[in-house]
Amino acid sequence: MAISVDMMKKVPVREQEPAVRAKNFEEVCLGYDDEEAMAEATRCLDCKNPRCVQGCPVSINIPAFIQEVKNGNPAKAYEIISESSSLPAVCGRVCPQETQCEGQCIRGIKGEPVSIGKLERYTADKAKELGIRPVNSAKPNGKKVAVIGAGPSGLTCAGDLAKLGYSVTIFEALHKAGGVLVYGIPEFRLPKERVVAKEIENVKSLGVKIETDVVIGRSATIDDLLEKEGFDAVFIGSGAGLPRFMNIPGEQALGVFSANEYLTRSNLMHAYRDDARTPIMRAKKAVVVGGGNVAMDAARTALRLGAETHIVYRRSEQELPARKEEVGHAKEEGIIFDLLTNPVEITTSEDGWVNGITCVRMQLGEPDASGRRRPEEIPGSEFHIDCDCVIMALGTSPNPLLHITTPGLEVNKKGCLIVRDGSEETTKDGVFAGGDAVTGAATVILAMGAGKEAAREIDRYLKNRA
Amino acid sequence: MFEILRKKLIGPKEYLMEVRAPRVAQRALPGQFLIVRVDSEGERIPLTICDDDKENGTITIVFQTVGAETYRMAQLEEGDHFADVVGPLGNPSDLVHIPLEQLRKMKILFIAGGVGTAPVYHQLKWLHEHGVSADCIQGARSKDLLILLDEMKEVCGNLYCATDDGSYGVHGTGSTALQQLYDEGKRYDHCVIIGPMIMMKFTSMLTKKLGIPTVVSMNTVMVDGTGMCGACRLLVGGKVRFACVDGPEFDGFAVDYDQAMQRSKLYKTEEGRLLLKEQEGETHEGGCGVCR
Repeated sequence: MAISVDMMKKVPVREQEPAVRAKNFEEVCLGYDDEEAMAEATRCLDCKNPRCVQGCPVSINIPAFIQEVKNGNPAKAYEIISESSSLPAVCGRVCPQETQCEGQCIRGIKGEPVSIGKLERYTADKAKELGIRPVNSAKPNGKKVAVIGAGPSGLTCAGDLAKLGYSVTIFEALHKAGGVLVYGIPEFRLPKERVVAKEIENVKSLGVKIETDVVIGRSATIDDLLEKEGFDAVFIGSGAGLPRFMNIPGEQALGVFSANEYLTRSNLMHAYRDDARTPIMRAKKAVVVGGGNVAMDAARTALRLGAETHIVYRRSEQELPARKEEVGHAKEEGIIFDLLTNPVEITTSEDGWVNGITCVRMQLGEPDASGRRRPEEIPGSEFHIDCDCVIMALGTSPNPLLHITTPGLEVNKKGCLIVRDGSEETTKDGVFAGGDAVTGAATVILAMGAGKEAAREIDRYLKNRA
Repeated sequence: MFEILRKKLIGPKEYLMEVRAPRVAQRALPGQFLIVRVDSEGERIPLTICDDDKENGTITIVFQTVGAETYRMAQLEEGDHFADVVGPLGNPSDLVHIPLEQLRKMKILFIAGGVGTAPVYHQLKWLHEHGVSADCIQGARSKDLLILLDEMKEVCGNLYCATDDGSYGVHGTGSTALQQLYDEGKRYDHCVIIGPMIMMKFTSMLTKKLGIPTVVSMNTVMVDGTGMCGACRLLVGGKVRFACVDGPEFDGFAVDYDQAMQRSKLYKTEEGRLLLKEQEGETHEGGCGVCR
């Protein structure tokens, strides 16, 4: 083998050069080739008691698939992953592996953990290249399940139920399936045609039907599905909701967007392309407020559309909720981080457009309820950043639609759907829920984990009922 | 795919289309809207619902060609398909929640401006079918822009028309007509105004003066229309509200119209530029005032 492996370090993965990729929407990470993947796979200790599996929300048999990669058998590796995950090409790209599987890896104690995410991505991409599709050998059991939302939790739940013999229909409100994978996460992190569309095809090849343009709660209610359309159970994976704003002066000005709007225009509606019909603001100087993955995605999109781009975040770098890899990529590309900074007012010109944002400097005080040190304003530290665009990436609050149109479906104080402790069962009989609709904004893989658990529970529920 | 069963030009730039969309038709109630996409790369265009036929699974939309995308919609013919029709979206009008007996006693006035007549028709028809007679003032710039007159007469108690140029009905706006009715002694206890934002702003100033509780329907910028993007936000009573999930109907006295109008300008220049480029093709040289 030509590649010499340092057992303490990951085999480096090839990426587009920062200066080049800052001007295009092509995928940043190029992934491992056969040789690199096999070399990295030799670093896995194939532990008898693999901690990585415990760190994985969908419990992929990680050592087993890595051994197959090592032996040059990606088809077999894909089969092993598919037993646990319906979307490996997605997860290999967007999971926070550093806090999950890789965070638990024994290799990580002395050196760098095995690059499990990149190996998963390699396996899934390779399977696609080889034309391998998951097969469904389950016999139809005559029962129907409706899934609301074709995002990560819905696709996972639907795929797992199909593999158990259920007839599954996903109802998707948008014109395209994928949820946050198509409207939220940008092309340069997660290619839509090459990766997302293919993963969705795989779920369909298990027998799952997807009906787009159906807003459950409006086009039909959950009671309609159960009583009129003959579904035996319902899974709600309707995702995050309405964007939050700061309620500071100037937020209604022209040039102020929620990250959801900005990203939806660019990703779902392809506004980043020159031939797109949905418009997007191509700013000269953009300020993105927030420090999560969505803030990074919005900032890197604005940068690629030509803006000098700043991230304004009220805590320090250590507290940034975004993945380290995303923060690193953003910095390499030239995003300017204004940390310990909090906006107090968006200033506007006479014609109603944003012309800047007034901020105050912050310092970290005592830890708050979240365990993070509480940011406090430094008196008299106001300063002004000139800009023509402000993007608010402050998270979302749940969409009330299903709650208000479904008698018996309860939500908590925050508006999230209530599920019985340690389960995905809602307060309404036969209705289960998971993902952001239950937890508030979280990650793709946690939503998939919930979808997976819900499939098990729905199966149990319907078997007990029969 | 959603087939166009009927297409009719009903004004200089106003089209009516009846489209097969069974799920939307089944659940559509007055006050709600829908979103269409003309083809697989189309923008998501929010439109009011003019009519629904629950038996045949069709809905009727009315639109005016104002930008590149509505111009493209107008090119579709009977037998062609929209790529997407999704809805019904937004909350139904509060009127549908009022007990019919009470509703029949109310003196309800609609004031429709321009293509705002289409959603007003939907509401009037629903009321008419439930034995409720409501009056309507229909306003437009001139007679040829008074759309759906015959249909409106069928579902209305009294229909009063007003044109800015005096070519039909009262010479003036909907407000002029309302003031006249008021001066003649007509009294109403509920008013619904649907039309351009500027018209809703000024008309609700008058209804406020006359003490008639007023509801308006806000046609804001939207992307998904299902409660995700936040583009449709507006200030109502000083609080941020989203037209797609909290509206589209709001208390006419509480809406911050100036800010809403400001926000609706957001993509106007870009839209106009696209339209002119499309219509004029290679010959387009700065006619839109934006291109150089």
